[in-house]
Amino acid sequence: MPEPSGIDGWTCPVPLRETPTIVMGHGGGGRLSSELIEHLFLPAFRNPALEARGDAAVMEVPSGRLAFSTDAHVVRPLFFPGGSIGELAVYGTVNDLAMAGARPMHLSASFILEEGFPMGHLSAIVGRMAEAAKRAKVAIVTGDTKVVERGHGDGCYITTSGIGEVPEGRLVGPDRARAGDAVLVSGTIGDHGVAILSVREGLEFESEIVSDLAPLSDLVERLFSASVAVRAMRDPTRGGLAATLVEIAARSGVGMVLDEEAVPVRSEVRGACELLGLDPMMVANEGKLVAIVPEDQAETALAALRSLPIGREAVRIGSVVAEHPGTVVMKTSIGGRRVVSLPMGEQLPRIC
Amino acid sequence: MKYLDEFRDGAIARALADEIRQIVTKPWVVMEVCGGQTHSILRNGVDQLLPEGVELVHGPGCPVCVTPLEVIDRALAIAQKPGVIFCSFGDMLRVPGSSTDLFRVKAEGADVRIVYSPLDALTLARRDRDRQVVFFGIGFETTAPANAMAVKLASDEGLDNFSMLVSHVLVPPAIEAICRSKGNRVQGFLAAGHVCTVMGTRQYPAIAERYGVPIVVTGFEPIDLLEGIRRALVQLERGEARVENAYARVVSEEGNPAARAVLDEVFEVTDQSWRGIGRIPQSGWRLAPSYRGFDAAERFDVGAIRTVESPECRSGEVLQGLITPPECAAFGTVCTPRTPLGATMVSSEGACAAYFLNGRRKRGTNGVAAHA
Repeated sequence: MPEPSGIDGWTCPVPLRETPTIVMGHGGGGRLSSELIEHLFLPAFRNPALEARGDAAVMEVPSGRLAFSTDAHVVRPLFFPGGSIGELAVYGTVNDLAMAGARPMHLSASFILEEGFPMGHLSAIVGRMAEAAKRAKVAIVTGDTKVVERGHGDGCYITTSGIGEVPEGRLVGPDRARAGDAVLVSGTIGDHGVAILSVREGLEFESEIVSDLAPLSDLVERLFSASVAVRAMRDPTRGGLAATLVEIAARSGVGMVLDEEAVPVRSEVRGACELLGLDPMMVANEGKLVAIVPEDQAETALAALRSLPIGREAVRIGSVVAEHPGTVVMKTSIGGRRVVSLPMGEQLPRIC
Repeated sequence: MKYLDEFRDGAIARALADEIRQIVTKPWVVMEVCGGQTHSILRNGVDQLLPEGVELVHGPGCPVCVTPLEVIDRALAIAQKPGVIFCSFGDMLRVPGSSTDLFRVKAEGADVRIVYSPLDALTLARRDRDRQVVFFGIGFETTAPANAMAVKLASDEGLDNFSMLVSHVLVPPAIEAICRSKGNRVQGFLAAGHVCTVMGTRQYPAIAERYGVPIVVTGFEPIDLLEGIRRALVQLERGEARVENAYARVVSEEGNPAARAVLDEVFEVTDQSWRGIGRIPQSGWRLAPSYRGFDAAERFDVGAIRTVESPECRSGEVLQGLITPPECAAFGTVCTPRTPLGATMVSSEGACAAYFLNGRRKRGTNGVAAHA
């Protein structure tokens, strides 16, 4: 996928044109830093708290509980089918907040840029962040920029932190799953990890596999507005569905039994995984959620998830059981059983 | 998925399992030669469908597992040389050498790269003529043709900054070695389908006859495996010892002539050491004299290699089907994928990893009870 270039279309691009790449001065706190903020970040993220340009953003907070999360993003390549590090940085934190039952409100964004990084790429990333923030209904209210010498970074790293409001009565946590609950997933798994791998390693598959990057907060709101008493939620990012479910089982002291045939995997993702010797259960997702809900609310929860396009393919994949606490068991398509293990670090493509 | 889902069909699997139960009148030991088959068996629970007394044991068919420690230590030494870009398939990186592994030397500054094809390494060599690009050429007959082609292309192009550390192994001599070994329990073999895709089935009738063992060429999906097992058991019950091709959608008697031609040109058969098993005559490939200039072992002087093998690791016995992984005292205790003593616990095709990752911590359990 070609990386976007050029900084046309921005509100006041002229001063940035004079330095078409990031230079050390953009992180120096002087005129160049100021221009970057003035002509790139402010027009993109425009909101009163940011425009006040104080040392900290000052915001009204709701009464009750706040959720707070942070996430660093070092993805390579910066642009991939279905998204970029920009959307990833926004949705990563938004989704972490949403998984705590929170309504995401405000984000910070900290950029670590490498000297020589094209201004056009930064501009495109910031543009995508702005769009993502709009879609996720959050405001990027404060930020920071540092520049590291050429060779000391990978172009652009972004760390986002965020706070969100947890409405009264939402008690969600990885330790709350109970025997008898249903295990749901909001759609196909493995899309993001395979999309990244396909561009990072220059692998060509018959059809382009696109990341599932998406904000999950609307899905969460649908669940709660349908009065589903969600016990646990997680977005299965790194480590995939396997790591997420094993962690919930361990934290809650319960077992899980999954039905392999029910776990949704796109055929092109399955094919890519077969080829590379990867397990889709362990491949990262960026726009899917796992919800553990009481058995008698499973159908209501599925209907709520399916009412939004990103939850259209939501399915039940298994049940929480009292047996074998801390262990997730998969019933295979031929009638066998195996234990679903935590991946050991990165999955490595096999030899043959 | 076309050509895949139909080989994972639960109803067909149950029917095959029923048929197997009807065939079997006494205990049998069948070896699946390839590590990919071992993983598929445990991942899908194929063994759980078999009648009591039919035992599947794992063979030496994991290329990572059988690569000699001396070669891995040599790879580590070459990778740490200045100016070298060391390229390897992914699952070689975690395999422990005598004192470190490729991941660790990478973290310490060596330029180690994961590639998906030897041709990727060749591309790196073309792009960066000032650096020496070394490809770790390991594996069975499956990976050898592409590796041979990479050397041939490098030779044709006169790429003097490309070389290969070669440690190729051949399946048929390993099957013979198992048949001849003291204490051998294996009565029938599921031959690795992918190997036969390249080499054909021609090498096997002589072995089946000489040692009186059925050899069934078998694929990797659950239905493929059940069908391979069924055919092997039918022969065993009838007292037959033939070669059968249960993977005919992929494998022919001739194999792939183009692949074999490039193998014949670039490699020559040699005696080869197998990690944990020992030296097997005529069981490996090395570069033929006209391509020896591309041999990384000759190009890079790394001094004498002194290997130190873990005294607790019993992977050699696992690879010969003499024990199952849980029978090793270190399995799941001091030896786990996080702290592997041997390659069988690391590789994506290793039998110990297959047992550990699928929760088969004790012999004969279905995984669930064992894990809990």
